[in-house]
Amino acid sequence: MARRALLVAQGAAVGLVALLLGLLVWKLVSNQGGNLARAANRGERPAAPNFTLDRLDRGGKLTLSDLRGKAVAVNFWASWCDPCKQESPYLEQAWIENRAKGFVVLGVDANDFRSDARGFMRKYGITYPVVYDGPGKTLGGYGVKGFPETYVLDREGRVVDAFVGAIASDADRVRLRRAVRQALE
Amino acid sequence: MTKPVVAVLAGLCGLVLAGAAWGAPPRAADLEAELVCPVCKTTLDQSDSPVANRMKAYIRTRIAAGDSAQQIKDALVAQFGPGVLARPPKGGFGLLAWLLPLVAVGVGAVVVGLLVTRWSRRRAPPAAEPLDPALERRVDEELARFEG
Repeated sequence: MARRALLVAQGAAVGLVALLLGLLVWKLVSNQGGNLARAANRGERPAAPNFTLDRLDRGGKLTLSDLRGKAVAVNFWASWCDPCKQESPYLEQAWIENRAKGFVVLGVDANDFRSDARGFMRKYGITYPVVYDGPGKTLGGYGVKGFPETYVLDREGRVVDAFVGAIASDADRVRLRRAVRQALE
Repeated sequence: MTKPVVAVLAGLCGLVLAGAAWGAPPRAADLEAELVCPVCKTTLDQSDSPVANRMKAYIRTRIAAGDSAQQIKDALVAQFGPGVLARPPKGGFGLLAWLLPLVAVGVGAVVVGLLVTRWSRRRAPPAAEPLDPALERRVDEELARFEG
């Protein structure tokens, strides 16, 4: 009887340890996300994780997969991020120049106050759609480590190019133009 | 006559103090120790990141506006999600964080208890068998001869 109880207790202890290990592995994997930037820069075209988030530029929600058929630049930013201020005019320009061809810039404001984000959008004249991800739930799936990061997706939702850091230099702008052209093909 | 008056006065003082504590505005330092920066994952009082500084400023503004600690926490959870709380909520998935350590300690205690019981049984000395009466008599005789 005691032996059976001992076996049950040991089994429960092993089960508990396995559960904790499973939680740890799940947390690590979900945080690592896809390392999409590395894959895209190796020339692969990994699928971009889908998400549905509240819109900041107007009411309602926006689902990334609803933009299938268009080329999309998913730009992760926050109002407190200084480099985001530098790059926002370039993104706005890219959106204005290419939207008629089927290109969309989609801002994802993360780890931020809604009111601050709206103030930023007004101040920097952002007219492209922006969604709000206060808790930063989408960051893990993309492997975003800091702000800003931009993922250019083709019409099928696959990552063509990824920019880790601000699109600020002339070289970055040329690369963005090339990525947008490639995404629209 | 004096004792009841003193008791009533003491009671009133206690009520006034309790009321003052109840209505006291929350302290920014306390809230900063209970809330986490969503970027660096440390409590706000340990962080100097831009978003943490922005959250600290928000907390001070809300305290000045007369919000309670719970209202401020709720507002920040609404913006940044439940991960902003240093202590997980005592409900839903957050309850696991409170229960798992207790379950682990309980299971560990049961396992240790069973093992100790098992080991102590193994180490118990075997019960002494009674001596053969003939042998016992012989030992007594030998001892008597030796002592004599």
